[in-house]
Amino acid sequence: MGKKKKNSSIMKTEARDAWIMMAPAIIVLSVVAVYPIIRTVWLSLHEMVLTDPGSGYPLIGLKNYTAIFKDKRAVESIIFTLKFTVTTVCFELLIGFAAALIMNKPFKGKGIVRAAILIPWAIPTSVSAMMWKFIYNDQYGLFNDILLRFGVIDKYNAWLSTADGSFMALVITDVWKTAPYMALLILAGLQMIPEELYEAAEIDGASVFQKFFYVTLPTVKTTVLVALLFRTLDAFRVFDLISVMTGGANGTESVSVYTYNHLMKFLDFGYGSAMAMMIFAVVFIISLIYMRVLGDQITDR
Amino acid sequence: MQKKKPIWKDILFYLFVCIFVGIIVLPFFWQFMTSIKPLSEISAIPAKWIPSSVHGQFYVNVFEKHPFAKYLLNSFIVATTTTVLSILIGASAAYALARLRFKGKKIMLMAILSISMFPTIATLSPIYLLLKQLKLLNKYAGLVIPYITFALPLAIWLLTNFFAQLPKGFEEAASIDGCSRARIFFQIMLPLIKPAIFSVGLIVFINAWNEYIYALTFMTDDMMRTVPVGIALFPSNYELPWGDMAAASVVVTVPLIILVLIFQRKIIAGLTTGGVKE
Repeated sequence: MGKKKKNSSIMKTEARDAWIMMAPAIIVLSVVAVYPIIRTVWLSLHEMVLTDPGSGYPLIGLKNYTAIFKDKRAVESIIFTLKFTVTTVCFELLIGFAAALIMNKPFKGKGIVRAAILIPWAIPTSVSAMMWKFIYNDQYGLFNDILLRFGVIDKYNAWLSTADGSFMALVITDVWKTAPYMALLILAGLQMIPEELYEAAEIDGASVFQKFFYVTLPTVKTTVLVALLFRTLDAFRVFDLISVMTGGANGTESVSVYTYNHLMKFLDFGYGSAMAMMIFAVVFIISLIYMRVLGDQITDR
Repeated sequence: MQKKKPIWKDILFYLFVCIFVGIIVLPFFWQFMTSIKPLSEISAIPAKWIPSSVHGQFYVNVFEKHPFAKYLLNSFIVATTTTVLSILIGASAAYALARLRFKGKKIMLMAILSISMFPTIATLSPIYLLLKQLKLLNKYAGLVIPYITFALPLAIWLLTNFFAQLPKGFEEAASIDGCSRARIFFQIMLPLIKPAIFSVGLIVFINAWNEYIYALTFMTDDMMRTVPVGIALFPSNYELPWGDMAAASVVVTVPLIILVLIFQRKIIAGLTTGGVKE
């Protein structure tokens, strides 16, 4: 009896200490993150164009939201963003996984490869977007030069002046930046697989494919899903890359770029906030789906 | 290393590695070459891979025609402040989440993970109005505050993973010795987690250094711009100064490359511990 009572009082102090230790973070996050989100919801329910204060910013309910679906440009930007997200994430996963599988062994120069992998991740997206924009330049860009030398094209193309060319250019740049990072995360996951598992599979006469599907895949599933979750969200929110490389021209306007224009160029905070909430909702749904698949694996302690 | 491997397999393997690294490095190589070319060779057709002579004029331009040194300083101040604040506020929360037992832990973890996934754009308008009201636009504090929204959850999340990896039983032993919670945290746990704090700090710093939307929106005065935005705004209505842009990107990339080369193990330790339960 006495022991049990003591235990529960220890638990109580432990819980109290935990909340005290988390208090600063909770307060700060409430002020800088939770409050703004609630305010965005509030703004999205108003007609609020900053250049027109005479309107008195009236409450208009869900009109901003219904307007999104009637706005052809908004719908196009949503379609473009989904297309961009699916394409880049697929390529990143395939290339990242393949590279990780190939490099999952000790070899000379592994350190250099690892460092090289980290560099695209470490530099600002706006800088890499600018570098690639120059590479795609129609006259003195490297992209045309290389393709011409290999005989893939027979004349210089202005890649960033067509819809397909711009889309391809954006996808290549995004994949270049993130596939190596994906490879790095998957490689770390692969290295946690004990060698004995493969040896046992080999003794049982498993083929290369069987080893992949029954040994490799189940063990790195969580790593890959977590990496995929973050990549999907990043791709869906894409802004820097597009803003610097195409400015949203030639049908490459992502939802974030379109929303940004409404907010900061037209100063339409009501409609812009509704768009922003829609992005928030999609991001939320994507993460819920992944978390459902992952189960408790990411928050279990 | 196995001995009996056929040599062509090795050759194929290294060929793959070289192509992989080559594609990653090629844009940097090209950017570097562009930055040291004479002006006339930048627009050479076909492209000239290796310049005929080395020129430093673009590097001079970067610092003389643009307030690039100020951009670097701004970025440095904002990213450092953000990192230090996030770790100061985040470390104790991460400790509680990783090692103390209390109700509602899972909800807290989910909340922190969700906040770290907030799209920047979703909080842009209210933070803009708030900063305008507080007269914090074009001030360092006006950028550090929004940066905390992604930096603090990131720091807490990564540190929680590191704290969770420490062997169990430390706290029991210490509390039997009569140590208070504060002493356990400051004198036992924090020193143990020091290398991890460094890894997490690096990752948070790089994230803050690279941020674009908030910096673009809240720092409209040219002298207050950060590096990613400053470089992106080099092109004017009259010209596209490719040489200057190349030189500027070399200037920001080289320190990051050095940072990555020195600390790659720490960065990778930080990145790969995130999210995955072992």
